[in-house]
Parts: sequence; structure tokens; C-alpha cells
Amino acid sequence: MRAIKAAFKILSSLKLTVVCLCCALVLVFVGTLAQVEQGLYLAQARYFQSFMVYWSPSQGGLRIPVFPGGYFIGTVLLVNLIAAHSVRFTFTKKKIGIFMVHAGIILLLLGQLTTELFSIESHMRLTEGESKSYSENGRRSELVVIDPSDPTSDEVISIPESRLKSNATIDHPRIPVTIKVRSYFPNSRLSRRAPMMATTPPPASHGLGQTIEVAAVPPTVKMDERNLPSAVVELVGPSGSLGTWLVSSVLEDFQEFEVGGKAFKIGMRFERYYKPFNLELQQFTHEKYRGTEIPKNFASRVRLKNLQTGEDREVSIYMNNPLRYGGETFYQSGFDDKDPRVTILQVVRNPSWITPYVACTLSGAGLLVQFLTHLIGFAKRRKS
Amino acid sequence: MTKKLHWILPGLMALWVLSSMRAPKERTDFNSAEFGRLPVLLNGRVQPLDSVAFNALLQMRGTTSVPLEGNAGRGAAWGDFLALRDQFPGTLEERKWWQFTKHPKRLKPVSWLLEVAYKPELADNRHIFLIHHPELISELKLQNQGVENSGLRYYTFNELTNHFEVLEQQTERIRKIDPQARTPFEKSAAKLHFSLGLYHRLRNSFRHERSDDPAAQLAAFEKALVPGVEAARNRENGVDYSKEDLDALIQPLEQYDMISRVAYPLIIPPPGSDHSRDAWSNLGAALLQAPRAGMLHPATRFFASLASSFRQNQPEKFNKTLSEYGEWLAAHSFGSEVQKGRREFAFNQLQPFYKCMVIYVLALILACASWFNWSETLNRTAFSLLTFGLVVHSGGLLFRMILEGRPPVTNLYSSAIFVGWGTVVLGLVLERIYRNAIGSVVAGLVGFITLIIAHHLSMDGDTMEMLRAVLDTNLWLATHVVVITLGYSATFVAGFLATIYIVRGIFTKSLSRETAQILGRMVYGIICFGTLFSFVGTILGGIWADQSWGRFWGWDPKENGALLIVIWCAVILHARWGGIIKERGLMAMAVFGNIVTSFSWFGVNMLGVGLHNYGFMEAVFQWLTAFVVSQLVLIGLCLLPEKYWSSFQAKDAPAGPSPSRSSGPGSYDPLPQPTGK
Repeated sequence: MRAIKAAFKILSSLKLTVVCLCCALVLVFVGTLAQVEQGLYLAQARYFQSFMVYWSPSQGGLRIPVFPGGYFIGTVLLVNLIAAHSVRFTFTKKKIGIFMVHAGIILLLLGQLTTELFSIESHMRLTEGESKSYSENGRRSELVVIDPSDPTSDEVISIPESRLKSNATIDHPRIPVTIKVRSYFPNSRLSRRAPMMATTPPPASHGLGQTIEVAAVPPTVKMDERNLPSAVVELVGPSGSLGTWLVSSVLEDFQEFEVGGKAFKIGMRFERYYKPFNLELQQFTHEKYRGTEIPKNFASRVRLKNLQTGEDREVSIYMNNPLRYGGETFYQSGFDDKDPRVTILQVVRNPSWITPYVACTLSGAGLLVQFLTHLIGFAKRRKS
Repeated sequence: MTKKLHWILPGLMALWVLSSMRAPKERTDFNSAEFGRLPVLLNGRVQPLDSVAFNALLQMRGTTSVPLEGNAGRGAAWGDFLALRDQFPGTLEERKWWQFTKHPKRLKPVSWLLEVAYKPELADNRHIFLIHHPELISELKLQNQGVENSGLRYYTFNELTNHFEVLEQQTERIRKIDPQARTPFEKSAAKLHFSLGLYHRLRNSFRHERSDDPAAQLAAFEKALVPGVEAARNRENGVDYSKEDLDALIQPLEQYDMISRVAYPLIIPPPGSDHSRDAWSNLGAALLQAPRAGMLHPATRFFASLASSFRQNQPEKFNKTLSEYGEWLAAHSFGSEVQKGRREFAFNQLQPFYKCMVIYVLALILACASWFNWSETLNRTAFSLLTFGLVVHSGGLLFRMILEGRPPVTNLYSSAIFVGWGTVVLGLVLERIYRNAIGSVVAGLVGFITLIIAHHLSMDGDTMEMLRAVLDTNLWLATHVVVITLGYSATFVAGFLATIYIVRGIFTKSLSRETAQILGRMVYGIICFGTLFSFVGTILGGIWADQSWGRFWGWDPKENGALLIVIWCAVILHARWGGIIKERGLMAMAVFGNIVTSFSWFGVNMLGVGLHNYGFMEAVFQWLTAFVVSQLVLIGLCLLPEKYWSSFQAKDAPAGPSPSRSSGPGSYDPLPQPTGK
């Protein structure tokens, strides 16, 4: 019993708060510096969305925990806050501000946790005149086999990129062939094959791989670049090997193959999130200030069509003015350097988007109350 | 009478500020001020020619005027540089700071631009090209030329003409190197190359550099328009054509084509009301349109006339053309542009932030002096000076806001101006409450430092540049950015209050226990203020990010920087509430707050990642490192045991209460207790 009391005393102590906050300070600082080398996405996962920050010596798979990660510090702070309030706090009028601040911070921490757990970020790339009912995840690709035999709808079987390791074998009950991964490139560049110059055999025996060269590129961590994975796969049917195919997220066209007289299609693409509505890009404008390269405005005029509800309207999406629809938010996020007709919209589904607003209002108001009561008290005492 | 003494100095300063509001005195008969007010389009915004000249000069020379006179022969002579340079080669020097009696003639930006545009034979002999790397100077064999000023050397265009080939070779090589990986030598060479390019562009923005009488040339071109176009058409159709007519059209077109490619500011307004308001063009491009349009853009005639009358030394005609062009602009719905030009010209003349800098330094010296002899008049003068400085500072900020149509902070430069403003406000509030010159010293010191920083940031070019699309929202600029910047001000004020505590405590005997306690309360109160503003500002930033990019928090460096300040403020407050730190601990932590804030303000811009970074400056990195080291030294000093503190050794110190109150855990009481005066 005494031990529990002692533990509780530590858990609710201000010293623990200070220690946690100092750890958070170090973590945020180091995590920010790490973004230079590792990129925002990786550094975020390693430092902030983890329980421990690991250090790996250059060789060997050793992972030594060296510092508490974001989740760890967040959890301890949360426990500390709740424990402190349950033990020490007596609710008085004077402390209402402090109470509000802490309640807000608790909500903020929980909200951030749910956001990181449940939010889905994807993007939608549209050329003028094009219409799409799905967004894509630029960070994850999938290998897709399509059975187009049903005239009303295609059957699509997708295999996540994480299973595409070199020399892996993939069997799926709905796919009539065994897929053997010959080589896998997490990031790659494709180029047209110049037959007279080429000294190596083409990457694949069938399909586009006969005329296209693939080269591995180191995976990128930059904010404005993405990995373009490719793979060479061998398809093995009941009667032996059908040959090899080159699949890549860069290649938009799927390639056909035949098993037992039935045609299938195979290809690789970014993971898709389908939506019950369509967005059609009508016009994309990208203005720069005259005589400069400074972007002045990006705007996408899109037509939103929802067959279920019969909705059909025009929406303008531009910087600081997103479209919120169907639990998702569509933001103007980018453009294509090479093609002025292309817009890139960021699509975010975040079920807990409202929590920071509530939390921050609560905390901000609490701080203001606390500051003002003290300031007024201070002024009064000075006057007297 | 003695009660009013403290208004004398601020009064003098006010006279100084007011005097610069009048139109500047003309040294020539040409109305250069009116020329400087002409609106043109550059960097995507309408600005007066004065700003074009001002920023170009700042980029090339690092100063805003060109001195024409100075010392020669190691102090043997004083006079016009051009007259002295053959007699004393390589020893020309600008006025030394102690030569108070010397007032060298200087070219103001517009007068310099007029020379560059219309009398390059003069401009080519002005010392405007700064070369700061000694190796580059010896590589170009320039040791025996140029003008020196505190180790920096300035050269004329003519002095450099023989070295273009070497410079071109160097630049060719340097161009392939990533700007961040360049050595100081390479940066200096690239900078010189850029300056020469800019000079060339300016020289060909108002006329072709070899066109002696642009008005006559333009008149001939206008006459040749109709027959020339007809001749061209005939030639195309294989019909007989007049070669003479065609040549009369084509010869000037070659020069206009060159102008259209290199001209720097866009000086010709949009041709008609059916064009967008920012469809300005440069002189060459406007003239190239003439054959197709079958007529000249009226503005081209005014500029040709200005050029010819300036070259032929006809000030009356020049001034008349200027006023006619002004009337023409006003009559053709460019009234708001003309007004913008006049206002920004007035702002450039006023230089409010430069004047604030001088006022703050004066106030700082007076306030510091008041500590040593406890003169009430000195302290009051400092306070009045700071108050006047704040009025000028606020006026300058408001003026800028009106010019830009934006909230006060839009870029790094304006953030420095605004941080300074915030610290002066906070310092004055503290001074008003405690009247012990500490608030004044902090206000003067931080105000001065931030304005110096702003001055150096302005060397990058236009400080009123247009905002990229992401930032183009007055709502968030006015709330998030302003609040977070005030948070910076607060943490800096706290950090510098702590600096005063440490320096006075260790090195002087002037820090009484009572003053120490008051400083403790000040720092604590300001940190509370800082916590409030940093927290609210960070939250507002999150909400903006949610509105613009779809996530409240993305661990972007700038966001993390703001978060670091909030966390550090929270650490200080909780450590104090928990009794973990006492007075000196609070001071050490407040000084560390300076490091955290400077990282958030400048450090994250150097990481080169993230959506937020709006400026990369390498020189700043060295300064930032120096600042961080100095703050670490201060923290080290602060942690010295009390026996090393001069102030606390003094036996005759009043035996006040212990230097800090230790409050038990969970007693969330404090904000500054009243002094009970």
C-alpha cells in the first residue's frame, strides 16, 4: 500500500512534469534536426509517433533504445496530469483557469493520438477534363491483377507493396497464376530502351518491359518527391512459366496476360481510396506575380457529382479555402511542373479534426482567464 | 524647469524626424525627387523608382547612398574621389567615424539611378561594387584601386571592365556549384557577377545605353511605323518594297529588342483599361508592340523625352515632362499607382526604423548611465526618448501596413521590426511600473538589436515583396503571426532581463537584493505573458494549418520551433511552482529561453525543409551560433556559486528576505507580488 502511495506521489509530482517537458523539448529539437537527413515523414514516425527512439549502429540489425519517443512522453504526461489533478487539486474559483488549460491539454494529447491513429492522407491528381472517384496514397503502392471477364464490373485483386520483396512468391486463390517477384525496386526511374545501345537483356520478356529500361534509385525522403516503385515479376501458370513482366507505379497502362484462354491484366499502382462521388477538374489556374516566379494563386474549379444524392455542383478549391465533403477535406496542395493543366489535391480523412479546436479554445481561454485574474489582482494591489 | 529637462532630447529627435518629412533638397535643377516618385512594377508590385534604386543600391553596395568624397593618401588629403584617385592610387577611404566635421557629398539612390539611366559615363565612375573577399580582389588585381571603408572595398564599373573575362570564367565554374556549398570566395565572385548584371540591366531599362537622343530616335521610329510595316509586308509577299523604309523601322527595333530582354523594372503601365492592372511591361517590350499596334504607347514618349532632356542638360524640359507624365498617369486611371509611388517615396525618405535605431541607442546609454549615478533626469530622459522612439516605430509599422495593405508581419524582415516593437512596448510597461531603468535598458537594447537584425535582413532586396500563395491570407497573418511574434518579444525581454541580473550581479555591486527580487518578479511576469502568447499563437498556427493543409499539426520545423518555446515556458513555470528552481535558476532558464526563441525564429529557416521556410541566410548562421555561445556563457556564469557574485558578497547589502520564495508543490499562486511602493 505504501509503495502504491509512493508511486502515486511520483506520478502526480510536478518534478515528473518538468522532467517530461524537458524530454519533450529535447525530442522535438532532435526530431526537427533529424528531418534534414531523414525527411519529415520518416523523422515523424521515428521520433514522434513511437514509444522509443532507437539508435542503430551502422552495421547489424541492432536497435538500442536511447530516448523516450513521442507516444511515451505523451502518455506519461497524460498520466501525470490526471494524477496531479485527482490528488492535489481542489477546485476553486481561483484555479479555474489552470484547470481549463490542463483539460485542454489532455484533450489535445488525446486528439493528436486519435489523429495519428485514424487519419488517412491521400491525394488526387486531376488533369483538366478528367474525372475521378478515388484518391491515391502516394506513399504506398499495390500490385493489382484484374479479371475483366465480367462485362459489368472488373474484379480487382490487389496485393500490398509490403509483400513485394525480391524472390518472394505470392499465391492468391482468385489469381490463376503464382507470382514470383524477380526483382523489386522501392524507388526507380524508367527510361525508353535504346536497343542499339543496350548491353543487357530487357528487364522483362513480355509486355512493356521489353522496350523500357528500369533503374533502381535510392528511396527519397524529400517532402516534395515520392518513391516510384517498380518490380519485375514472373507469372507461373499450371502449365509452367508464362514469362516475366515489368510493373511500375509509373506505368499507367495495365498489361495483359493469358491463362487457360482467359485474359487478365496486371500492373502496379498507388493504393486507392474509392469515394461515392466524382470530382471532375474543369479548370486549373496557376498565377504568378508579374515579372517574378512567386506563386500568387492556385485554384481548381471542380465539378462534384454524387450519383446517390443527385448532387451536381461546381466548387472552387484554392489556397486556404478547401472543400469539405463526405467526411473528407480536399485541399489545393500542388501542381505539376511539366503540365499546367494538372492539379494535385490533398485529401484528408480525419475523424477527430474537431478535437484540437475544442481543446485549444479551452486551453487558450484558460490561460487568458488565469493571466487576466493575476494581472487584475496585481494592478489592484499596486493601486492600494 | 528641471522637471521638463527630460523632454529636451526627445524634442531634438522629433525635429530630426520631422525634418526628413520635407521634400529633400535638390542639388541639381533636375527634379530628381519627382522622378523617384514615378510608379513602376517590380517584384510583382507597384513601387516608386526610388525603391528600385534604393534596393538595387542596397544589394550591390550594401548601403543606401554613394559617397563621392573622402580621405586619400592615408589622411593626407580630403576631397572628391575622382579628383584624388590618380594622385593617391589605392588609398582612397571613406569618412572615418570620428571625422565629425567632414560632410562628404553623397548621391541619394534616385540621383544615382538617374546617372545610371541617362549618364552612364558618370555612373561608371561611382564606387558601387562591393567586393569583400581579399582573394577576389587580388585575383582581379584590384589592390591599387577602389575605395575602402572599414575593411570593405568598393569599385567602379570602369575599374572592373578589364576583368570581365576572369570573372566570367570564375562564374562559369561557380554556377555549377550548389549555392550552399560555395566557399566565401565563390560567393563573393557570384555576388559581384550578380551586381554587374543588375547594373547592366538598370543601364538599359530607360533607354538603350548607346542611344544618345532617344526622343529623336523614337520620333523617327514613329514616322517609320506605317511605311516600315508596309515595306515588311511587301517583302513578305514578294512585291517591290522600300529598303529605306524597312531599315528605318528595323534599326531601332534591334535596340528595343535588347532593352526588352535585359530591362529591370517594368516602367510602362498597362496599355488600356481592358488589360489587367498588373500588365506592366518594360520599355523595350512596349516598343516592340508598336509595329503591330500601329502606334506608340504614350508612356514611351515621356520616357524618351526624359532621357533626351537629361542627356542634353535641359532641366526645365525634364521637369515639365515629369509633371506631364504624372498628369497623364492620373488621367488614365493610374491615380492609385501614382499615390502608391508618392507614399512609398515618402516612407523611404523618412527611414523610420533607422531613426528608431539611433533613438534606442541613445536611450540605452542614458538608462545605463542612470544606474551609476542614479540620476532621475537621465532615467526620465531615457523613458521619454523610448516613448518617442515607440511612436516613430509604431508610425513606421502603420505606414508599412498601409503601403502593403497587410498586417505588420509578412516576412523575416518585418518580423524583426515587429519583435523590436513588442520588446519596446513590454520594456516601457515594466519601466512604467518599476521606474528603475531596467525596463528602459531592455527596451533600448533589444529594440536596437532587432532593428540592426532587420537592417541586415533588408540587404537581401525588396522588403515589401509579394506573399506567396500559401501566406496570402490577412486573417491568419494578422492573428497567428502577430501573436506568435509577440511571444518572441516576451521571451527575449525575459532573457535580457535575466542578462541584466547576471551581469549586474556578478560584475558590479549595483544589484541590491531588492532589485534582484524585482527582476525575479519581472522575469516571471514576462514569462507568463510569453507563455500565453506563444501558446495561443501556436494554436492559431495549428488552426491555420488545418485550414490550409488539412492537418492541425504536422511536425513541420517552424511548428516545432513554436512548440519548443511553449514547452520551455511551461518548463520554467512548472519548475518554479514546484520549487525546483529559485531566483537564479529562473534567470538561467530565462537566458536559455533566448536560445530556444532564436532557434525558433531563425534556426529553423536554415534547415531547408518544410513548408514554412521563407528565407535562407548563411551569414545568419554564424551570428546565431555566436549568440547561442554567448548565452551559454551567461548561463554558466549564472550557475556560479554566490560567493563569486560581486553584488551578493557586499557585506553592507540590506539583509532582505531570501532571494526567492520556495512555494510548495501544487501551490499555483504566483504572479508578481506588488512592490508596495
